[in-house]
Amino acid sequence: MDTLKVLVVDDEPGIRMAIRRALRGHVMRLPDLGREFAFEVSEAESGEEGMEKLAAERPDVLLLDYKLPGMSGLDVLDRIVATRQDVLTVMITAYASLDTAVSATKRGAFDFLAKPFTPDELKSVLYKGGKHLVVHREALKLAAERKRVRFEFLSVVAHELKSPTAAIEGYLMMMRDRVLGEELTAYDHPVERAMVRLNGMRKLISDLLDLTRIESGEKRREVRQIDLRDLAMAAIEGGSELAPERGISLSLAEGGPVPMRADPGEIELILNNLVSNAVKYNRDGGRVDVAVSAREGAVELVVADTGIGMTPEERTRLFGEFVRIKNDKTRRIEGSGLGLSIVRKLVDQYAGTIAVASTPDVGTTFTVTFPQGG
Amino acid sequence: MNAERKTVLIVDDDTDFLDQTCARLAADGFEVVRAEGQAAAEDVLRAGTPFDVAVVDLMMEHPDSGFVLCHHLKKAAPGRPVILVTGVTAETGLEFDAATDEERRWVRADVMLAKPIRYEQLRREVDRLLG
Repeated sequence: MDTLKVLVVDDEPGIRMAIRRALRGHVMRLPDLGREFAFEVSEAESGEEGMEKLAAERPDVLLLDYKLPGMSGLDVLDRIVATRQDVLTVMITAYASLDTAVSATKRGAFDFLAKPFTPDELKSVLYKGGKHLVVHREALKLAAERKRVRFEFLSVVAHELKSPTAAIEGYLMMMRDRVLGEELTAYDHPVERAMVRLNGMRKLISDLLDLTRIESGEKRREVRQIDLRDLAMAAIEGGSELAPERGISLSLAEGGPVPMRADPGEIELILNNLVSNAVKYNRDGGRVDVAVSAREGAVELVVADTGIGMTPEERTRLFGEFVRIKNDKTRRIEGSGLGLSIVRKLVDQYAGTIAVASTPDVGTTFTVTFPQGG
Repeated sequence: MNAERKTVLIVDDDTDFLDQTCARLAADGFEVVRAEGQAAAEDVLRAGTPFDVAVVDLMMEHPDSGFVLCHHLKKAAPGRPVILVTGVTAETGLEFDAATDEERRWVRADVMLAKPIRYEQLRREVDRLLG
């Protein structure tokens, strides 16, 4: 059980006593939030004393009399708002006029309580306030966590862009300083490498845009009837152009149409990522075999390669953001480290699953299953 | 081979850094032996290929590949200078250096350079150590 600290600022001892009594042993339950609160009451008889106790005791809820000798209730309220104190204020007023209530809530009070009030009225106001407080604080915590994740993501992105930038700069400086002589053809290799690194950056940027679109939910999804076979065929044609010099053959298993309900753009992203990985992580002269099929209540996509494969440990890390499997075999392969993270997020949107089977130096098979119908 | 020409062993798993540094050192009249990682560098050591100074990246096959390689290099030839290049300090806030004798006792390198390094900076250290 948590404790909600309540500070009562009122010059009438009778009111302070009544509140203390009403809340003694009282437990407030918020079943839909799964929380329970007991109350701890503290008192002040003037606005000045109230300000001191606010600072010293950091209460959660302030029950504040409107009419106080010296510093008024509204003065205290203004001070709280000005100093951005994290306290929920309920004004207590003898004049239950709409005016007072409106002017107090306009100035930052959460609610008001009209004198005289019953213990139940008090509890009902505190119930409303307590609930608001809990929800508000959870939201703040969540926002802070999101901020942290965003910063972490940004710092990784920055780092991922730093390394190709340094490489491209290095090649340009070689050319500026004519390190390889005056003959332009001597610079074919540096130019080629700079292009490769630039392409890597371009891919990273486009993957980041894809990821942002998926995660923000801003992109309007256009789910309609599509034929997975058509899209798979297009992905294979695209994949064949990736590395013609490496002699990798791509094929789609024979069969009829595979209808499914999906956003064609999303399915293309999944296919392109899986097929381009199957090409990139293949051996020269290897194969990429794609198969699509409709089974009862599900559509299945299989992309199998005859590539370098993975160890079980590498497989567990595969779908994380910016995870690239680093070893001697993958050292020369460019990638943003976001492709499979994108695939996973998209497949999740279809409540689908991805299974990975892999043997080092033999190959890897990705099996995506989309539940359909029902 | 010209007796005046000095040989530099460069060990890094970053192909672009290797290409650029090797080309520049060669243009400046050095012999260059390149190794794309700790394992390749160990092969160079085993084969007894001669070189006068080694430039070693810290993070290669393993996060501490450079440290281990530095040890082996110094064991093979304690007097032969080693430059350790690392991006680690800037990224993790991990601080270490090879500026004092105490530090050089456990970081077996004569100089540590933080990535990204300019060629001119590397060249200066190579010249100084070959002095």
